[in-house]
Amino acid sequence: MSYGQQPRARKVDFGLLLSYLFLAFYGWLNIYSAVYSEEHASILDFSQRYGLQFIWVMISLGIAILLLYIINPRSFQPLSLVLYLGMLALLAAVIFLGKEVNGSKSWFYIGSFGLQPAEFSKITTSLLLAYIMSRYGFSLSNRRDAIKAALVVIVPILLILLEKETGSALVYVGLILVFYMEGLAGWVIVAGLSLIAMFVITIALSPLTAVVCALSAAVIIRFFLSRRLVWLLTAILVIVLICFIPKLSALESLSFLKAVKPEVWAVLLFVPHFVLWLRDLLARRDERGSGRLMLSLFCAIAMVFSVNFIFNKVLQPHQRARIENLFGITEDLQGIGYNVHQSKIAIGSGGLTGKGFLNGTQTKYNFVPEQSTDFIFCTVGEEWGFLGSIALLAVYIFLILRIIHLASKNADAFTRIYGYCVASIFLMHVVINIGMTMGLLPVIGIPLPFLSYGGSGMVSFTILLFIFIRLDMERQNKDA
Amino acid sequence: MDKKVFLISGIVIVALCLAARLFYLQIIDERYKVNANNNALLYQTKYPARGEIKDRNGNTLVGNKTTYDIMVTPIDLQEFDTVDFCATFRVDIDNVRKKLKYYRENRRKIGYQTFTFIKQVPSEYYSHFAEKAYKFPGFYAISRTARVYPYEAGASLYGYINEADSAYLANNPEYRRGDYVGITGIERSYEDVLRGKKGYNIMVRDVHNRIRQSFRNGEMDVEAEPGKDLIASIDGPLQQYGERLMANKVGSIVAIEPSTGEILAIVSAPGLTTEDLSNIRKEYGRLATDPYKPMFNRAVMSAYPPGSVFKTVNALVAQQMGVITPETRFSCSRGFYYAGGKMGCHGHRSPLNLKESIMMSCNAYYANVFRAMMKNPDHQPIGEAFDYWKEQVMKFGIGTKLGSDFPSELQGNLPSTKNYDKIHGKGKWNAFNILSLAIGQGEVGATPLQIANVAAIIANRGYYIIPHLIKNAPDSLRRAKYTEKHWVGVDLQHFEPVIEGMYLSVNAPAGTGGTSRRAHMDDIDICGKTGTAQNPHGRDNSVFMCFAPKDNPKIAVCVYLENAGAGGTWAAPVASLIVEKYLKGEVSRKELEQYVEGANLKANVPVKRKK
Repeated sequence: MSYGQQPRARKVDFGLLLSYLFLAFYGWLNIYSAVYSEEHASILDFSQRYGLQFIWVMISLGIAILLLYIINPRSFQPLSLVLYLGMLALLAAVIFLGKEVNGSKSWFYIGSFGLQPAEFSKITTSLLLAYIMSRYGFSLSNRRDAIKAALVVIVPILLILLEKETGSALVYVGLILVFYMEGLAGWVIVAGLSLIAMFVITIALSPLTAVVCALSAAVIIRFFLSRRLVWLLTAILVIVLICFIPKLSALESLSFLKAVKPEVWAVLLFVPHFVLWLRDLLARRDERGSGRLMLSLFCAIAMVFSVNFIFNKVLQPHQRARIENLFGITEDLQGIGYNVHQSKIAIGSGGLTGKGFLNGTQTKYNFVPEQSTDFIFCTVGEEWGFLGSIALLAVYIFLILRIIHLASKNADAFTRIYGYCVASIFLMHVVINIGMTMGLLPVIGIPLPFLSYGGSGMVSFTILLFIFIRLDMERQNKDA
Repeated sequence: MDKKVFLISGIVIVALCLAARLFYLQIIDERYKVNANNNALLYQTKYPARGEIKDRNGNTLVGNKTTYDIMVTPIDLQEFDTVDFCATFRVDIDNVRKKLKYYRENRRKIGYQTFTFIKQVPSEYYSHFAEKAYKFPGFYAISRTARVYPYEAGASLYGYINEADSAYLANNPEYRRGDYVGITGIERSYEDVLRGKKGYNIMVRDVHNRIRQSFRNGEMDVEAEPGKDLIASIDGPLQQYGERLMANKVGSIVAIEPSTGEILAIVSAPGLTTEDLSNIRKEYGRLATDPYKPMFNRAVMSAYPPGSVFKTVNALVAQQMGVITPETRFSCSRGFYYAGGKMGCHGHRSPLNLKESIMMSCNAYYANVFRAMMKNPDHQPIGEAFDYWKEQVMKFGIGTKLGSDFPSELQGNLPSTKNYDKIHGKGKWNAFNILSLAIGQGEVGATPLQIANVAAIIANRGYYIIPHLIKNAPDSLRRAKYTEKHWVGVDLQHFEPVIEGMYLSVNAPAGTGGTSRRAHMDDIDICGKTGTAQNPHGRDNSVFMCFAPKDNPKIAVCVYLENAGAGGTWAAPVASLIVEKYLKGEVSRKELEQYVEGANLKANVPVKRKK
């Protein structure tokens, strides 16, 4: 077998390639519309962002061809460690040598062109992760292996956090899906999601509500463990009581109920139950997993009471403000909430079919800041409407699912794991970015792959994707 | 393969959430479509005229004049003649260039925002601008009102307005940057009434996104709602007259209509002039460092020893307690002697009854009265007797904020048992330690407003209405507050001897010992009480409190002059002139008027000059 000699255009996965071309072109059009002004009407005006983006798309296509037909894909494996270490050096260097943009130090400037190492380190991290996890004998149940793999992800996260690029760091958290696919137990994901849910409930409602939720969840899970109906009935009883305590306390004879909040009564109602549970546990005649459940419950409650600490001490003031804005704790449409409010207006005003290409008023009149970069989805929503936005979303989901599908079919572990990495990274970017522009998630400044303006993003996402497409071609060759 | 199914389902669920949100924003929720419309439109704020303040006769005390704020929308700026622009508004060209440079450099950040470029442009400059506004695209003017004070009086009452600062904006979210807000005086206490409601013009950008035109011919515009006018209880001519009399004096005049609690005049000298108030931003530094403290409203803030006028309160309280009757007599031999001390008195016949004690202001009489109250057998030991006395005195509004509509009003001073326990040790003090309270000296401090209120209580024979400045408070809460009668808990018959004493003090034939002779008028029955309060800094303070006419009183007055000497010498004639001016409209006693106006009592006041 020989690699990298004859053209293999037929073997390229057309689904991925077409999605890529569609996104790059669609992005370019939308940047044109977002920045459009009558003085610079030509879409190829290179003094404007859309002109520049055209250049970036061309460069990316060149790189794509290079990756598909010229570079030997096998070279990625042995090189991955070197590339990874080199990128760590860049990530560290930018902290000291980089230029500060919007409060984060993550850009190198060569003349007027910026380069963001954090964008490219996603590629090297994915490569090294795939390399390590695909080596013979690697197993996540082996503690040394697991730690090694985790370190590959954690080190760049820490460096990027030092650059104050919280958004980019968050993307790496998505790589947990790779671990999941490669053997990590599902409950870890569930526990992680539960913790996030607790965090949200604590901030948006109250710590006490979060505690009641955790207690109810514990009782219900215990029901599933023990299959004893009494547990389920307790949970239902308590929930019903919480709903009716305000009404009951209106009665003269029950007015003592008003003494404390309804949630406190709920917690008190659970108490006897937990005493019994503890007795069972100590007597060691409880079901399997019951002890661990109790432990998780305590962790969850501890988490609730540390939320305030995390929220006030660990998060930066602007991050705090964004979260408070998201939950409507503070409403500040002129200040911190301005972007999201304007973004929602732009998207909402698009309606079913949109206002048409170049006809958006919200994005064109600069009402939405960062409209060609992080908030490019507004332009899509306003000018192409619900149909256009759904189509875009569908293409992204197709791209991600297609990568997962191709990866999982691949016999080569390196290709498979790398594919999962790529899919996770795209998933994080798409969900966080679109969720943010629609006011579902706090404002986290990360680009929408292939759509947002920017050379670093365009090129790095292209490399990320095309390495996978190339690796995938190998499998098809083998089949042939 | 189980895991792949989970993963894919998870991704699909998340995607569906995003799609659902998209559906909600774009198809269901109408709010954002309306908002989008608003966004392309430009709302130009129309500021309301602030409510005016008129006096009780309809004279405008605080009015408005039109000025203009020049606004700029940097994105609409085109090249223009900077020199011409600066000449039109008489502004500094460097400053303008600096601002324009800032707009250029920050244009991305600024976007479509509009800023105030020049504040408070007088209307004659504006009319020049209006003629050639077409030369200056991006600029437009909005009308703002500025305060004018056409009636030269009462500047210390109105207070001033200024742009709301960050702290104020943080606490009052209904205000926006650039809004004016009352900082002191009436402007502050009636801010809610005076401010009015802002309106707006809706303008729309055309296809070139440059020139503005009215949206739907202005049918959606909202007019600004001017603030409501206030009618002050102040009598303009009286206020002006009072300020004239107080020239070159330090102190206060407070005149109240007893039956309504309306303040007719309130002077704090030296005070602000309307000139000062118009230019408060410029004058602030000078006013704040003036050693005579013109911004300090003595009438409602200074806790002065009331001196002998306080004897009326003791006389009333003691009668109500039952420790004296109108016929109780105490002898006086130029003072009151007790173990360890003496309280001096001036020469007069002896012994006196209650009425005469007021008329001649006998110190010994009130030393006896006060001792009797402190030995009140119903309330012993001394601490309890004192607390009981204090409780009665506080009903007269002494030692407590009256609750007038002066935001700066202070409560004066009335000591407590605790204070004395601290000074002398618990239970180790007696009536003689605190004897000076008998004659309004020592630890008691009252504002001129509180003293005038005491005069009003006596005039009303038993109650007061909280003194206030505004007649037409528009909300029921304040209306109720300023009409409610506060009874002081002293029965009607106890007022008779006190009033009779005050009447004689002014009107008894010369040589019979009345201390207030100089307040006498032939055709108006004035009832008054002098006070000569010791001032640790220099000469005694001259105090006078009166009301007139005796039956069906129309005015109650307190005059308090710092370091002016005996109460009968200066404060009494001032108060008498105020009464005449108010009741007759004209002052016929020109000689007395000249005597008062010509006096420079300011020179007696020791001030600390800051260097």
